[in-house]
Amino acid sequence: MTSTTVRAVRYDIERQAEGGLPLAGARLVLDPAGAIYWAAERLVIVADLHLEKGSALAARGALLPPYDSRATLAVLAQIVDRWRPRAVVSLGDSFHDRRGAERLGSEERGALARLLRGREMIWVAGNHDPDPMPGLGGSHVNELTIGPISLRHEPRAGDSEGEIAGHLHPVARLLVRGQSLRRRCFATDGTRLVMPALGAYAGGLNVRDPAIEGLFAGAFAAHLAGGARIYRFAHDACLPDH
Amino acid sequence: MDFDRADEIALLPDPFAGWFASRGWAPRAHQLDLIAKARLGRSTLLIAPTGAGKTLAGFLPSLIELAARAQRRSNSPRPPGLHTLYISPLKALAVDVARNLERPAAEMGLPIRIETRTGDTPASRRQRQRRDPPDILLTTPEQIALLIASGDAAHLFGDLKRIVLDELHALAGSKRGDLLALGLARLRRLAPGVQTVGLSATVADPQTLRRWLVPQRRAEGAGAQEMGAREMGDLVIAEAGAAPELSMLESVAHVPWAGHTARHSLKEIYALIVANTTTLVFVNTRMQAELLFQELWRINDANLPIALHHGSLDVSQRRRVEAAMGEGKLKAVVCTSSLDLGIDWGAVDLVVNVGAPKGSSRLMQRIGRANHRLDEPSRAVLVPANRFEVLECRAALEAVRAGAQDGAVERRGALDVLAQHVLGMACAEPFAVDELYAEVTSAEPYAGLARADFDDVVDFVATGGYALRAYERFARIRPRKDGRWRVANPGVAQQYRLNVGTIVESSMLKVRLTSAKSRFGGRVLGEVEEYFVEMLSPGDTFVFAGEVLQYLAIVEDEVRVARTSATDPKVPSYAGGKFPLSTFLASGVRALLADPARWSSLPAQVHEWLDLQKLRSRLPGRDDLLIETFPRGGRHYLVAYPFEGRLAHQTLGMLLTRRLDRLRLNPLGFMANDYALAIYGVSDLSLAIAQGRLDLDALFDADMLGDDLEEWLDESALMKRTFRQCAVIAGLIERRFPGKEKNARQVTMSTDLVYDVLRRHEPGHVLLRAARADAATGLLDIRRLSDMLVRISGRIDHIALPRVSPLAVPVMLEIGRERVAGDASEALLAEAEEELIREATRDVDDGSCRAL
Repeated sequence: MTSTTVRAVRYDIERQAEGGLPLAGARLVLDPAGAIYWAAERLVIVADLHLEKGSALAARGALLPPYDSRATLAVLAQIVDRWRPRAVVSLGDSFHDRRGAERLGSEERGALARLLRGREMIWVAGNHDPDPMPGLGGSHVNELTIGPISLRHEPRAGDSEGEIAGHLHPVARLLVRGQSLRRRCFATDGTRLVMPALGAYAGGLNVRDPAIEGLFAGAFAAHLAGGARIYRFAHDACLPDH
Repeated sequence: MDFDRADEIALLPDPFAGWFASRGWAPRAHQLDLIAKARLGRSTLLIAPTGAGKTLAGFLPSLIELAARAQRRSNSPRPPGLHTLYISPLKALAVDVARNLERPAAEMGLPIRIETRTGDTPASRRQRQRRDPPDILLTTPEQIALLIASGDAAHLFGDLKRIVLDELHALAGSKRGDLLALGLARLRRLAPGVQTVGLSATVADPQTLRRWLVPQRRAEGAGAQEMGAREMGDLVIAEAGAAPELSMLESVAHVPWAGHTARHSLKEIYALIVANTTTLVFVNTRMQAELLFQELWRINDANLPIALHHGSLDVSQRRRVEAAMGEGKLKAVVCTSSLDLGIDWGAVDLVVNVGAPKGSSRLMQRIGRANHRLDEPSRAVLVPANRFEVLECRAALEAVRAGAQDGAVERRGALDVLAQHVLGMACAEPFAVDELYAEVTSAEPYAGLARADFDDVVDFVATGGYALRAYERFARIRPRKDGRWRVANPGVAQQYRLNVGTIVESSMLKVRLTSAKSRFGGRVLGEVEEYFVEMLSPGDTFVFAGEVLQYLAIVEDEVRVARTSATDPKVPSYAGGKFPLSTFLASGVRALLADPARWSSLPAQVHEWLDLQKLRSRLPGRDDLLIETFPRGGRHYLVAYPFEGRLAHQTLGMLLTRRLDRLRLNPLGFMANDYALAIYGVSDLSLAIAQGRLDLDALFDADMLGDDLEEWLDESALMKRTFRQCAVIAGLIERRFPGKEKNARQVTMSTDLVYDVLRRHEPGHVLLRAARADAATGLLDIRRLSDMLVRISGRIDHIALPRVSPLAVPVMLEIGRERVAGDASEALLAEAEEELIREATRDVDDGSCRAL
């Protein structure tokens, strides 16, 4: 990141931190890199890292650049460095498949250990990685409740007050001055929240898709991540895909 | 060569001489020349104008040999294999030529089997063609790639004697040409004695095409200059036809300052259509074609049959137009470069070229589409759409009259195409690296290929070519014990076959006509780029396929539209067919501007415009770069006149605004057209120059092509698009990447993510090198920009003006403005957010601003 970007990130975060985003009584800061910082608990939350997706696709013949895990971990390291949290929660699909952790290279393994040194790591089970992964450290849980907030991989159908989930990889599409922009985003109506995917090779699902729209009873907002700050748009200001 | 009657008889055996005589024809000199060259075993390039019997000339040697072979055939136990391979850039042309070839063969009673093979050929016939090949096979470059990648290639091509390459000038110099050149190299190995014939329109540099026809000796790292002594095929130039009759339409109406519609000349264009039997009206973009077609029908009181033809229309509709044209049923066709090449229509007696021709070679090609009788002149009228185009048309007229062609751009074979070919060769049979390198460098575009680049490509094909050797166990090709590389499994070969070709369409959606009431549709009108549809909201109207349509919805991969009577449709700004001004014509325009003595040939309005420019400012010198600075409407402008084409100007605009930004001169954005570039901002640039805070020589220093360019390029959307194309061609990404069939739960992953990861972690990767090379010659025109910066170094002619100059008006009127932003999309998002906030809070009294 250039120094201007760093300044802009600080500014945005300070602006947010004054109040934070309210969710079921908790106050959360949205990090433009695609994470949540819950100051009261000193907790960083990330979702859908999809580590080793590159090597998983390579096994099927698409020899994509094998640098996705280190790219994802570099972003995570930045986030952790920014907040210096007590604990990090990864909301499932941390690895792209069950054997993903075995394929993680030694350099990436080292990077992960470094960024977790002195903090607690909680791996929440996802559909890609339902079981504990050996040799990674931290604890493995199916879901987690802290105060008013429930943390799980897949959002529950129906009302789910205080839920923070991943799984759906929300992205928002906007038409600005004749240009179509597509960005990863947080989707929330103030009672529940779906996090953007953090993985370098993780794709996206439009927030106007029924799978996401259906989670919210009425209006919700997309908070676009990536780059220097968070941009808020009402869900109906975002365009559906075809 | 001169032939007397005796030579002619010697060259033309029976039944050929008799056939010519029976039709009352005499064989043309170049046709006999080609027969003589064939006897000598020489590969030859034939340059001939349209209507010169070029195709027959290419096939006569084959027909003569095949007639002789048929006589011997009774004695031979084994049926002889494929004798002649004909390769055309157009499927339709291959089919048409086959038909034209059948006739003389039948009339002479030659027992020759002539067949075509295209994407449309049924699988059963394709299989049969491999088992039992015809004497002559007519096909396309993609089919060649498929055929040589199969295990029976050696059997199929072992007896090949001749290859005919039609419209070679249209293939050479493109990625499709690269693929074909590599295919030729393989064909020469399979059939070592094979002779090639290239058929081409007039080109500025026949040498390159002649080198295509024979194997090259490796010249690693050598530039074009050092390769002067390379092997070349022979050259035959046909006698030129009558000189074309060319004129520029001098419209009585006001000539617009900017724009490309030529609406002011509409009535005059219609009058030309009325006065001629059949007119081809060429325009430069599909959008112009749609608009002009609409306008013509609006005034078509006589209900003349006027049709539309461009690359986005449905194939069946295009074929219908072509067929109606062939039958002489049409009075005019409004078309784009989709008809630059193709089937001959004798009946066309006038070509109208609307808008600037952009290059003299393209113009000559288009003019040649009128009148295929050699002895009569082709007739063409140029219709400039704005004042600069008047200058450009004038320069083009002079160039065509002098027979001057645009210079060829030196180009190296693309590495992504090479990657595709290498995989194909492994599919055919295991290869040895040294042998394949020798074979590849015998192809003209790859003669200068460095061994290191070749090795990188092989490495890429095998395991992705990453410095982090993570994928050895997933390799697509592997060395055997004897060192030859083979495909790792049959699935790889299957994947290769689905991926062959170099044409990567941007994502296209079908346009289906339906009524506003029923959801289910009628016929498909054609295809539009996905990104165009992204700009539409339901209810919006646009022009397509000659109709005003209303956008209803997207259903799967189809755009559902209904007819509407709306009179003010949105303009479809879909891409395609925007050619930049050629370097050659640009220097013609500069020379014309710099020489007021020649202005008398220009229309009075244009003449006056230039006089006014001389009075108010200065004229751009022949070799200088004129720069004007002036204030207007609270902003300050810098206008430069490089005449290097829109693409190079856009790149220049990006780089200059970055520099001005660093100098804290607050640029806000820029506009570019083919002739000029205008940068606008809030700082007084005239003052900054006067005070020495802005040094124009330093601003335009060629070192901007270093770090500034790299930095900007890496982030640019153009680069991402280019990378995607290279990744598809090279086989990193399948054409139908997962995500094509979208359903609710499926998430889509874009190539942009791959690009971002790769450039951060391995910026020197072979695919990024391929993408950068494309960007340099293609969409960014960096080479041209670099030549210009060198040319104008120390020759900047600056003038500070109190107000906008006459010459600056056209570029100031350009619609496509580019904004300045470190990261454009960030700025756009912020802007959109603010706009929505303003909108949402407009009626709130206390002015507090609570977003959403």
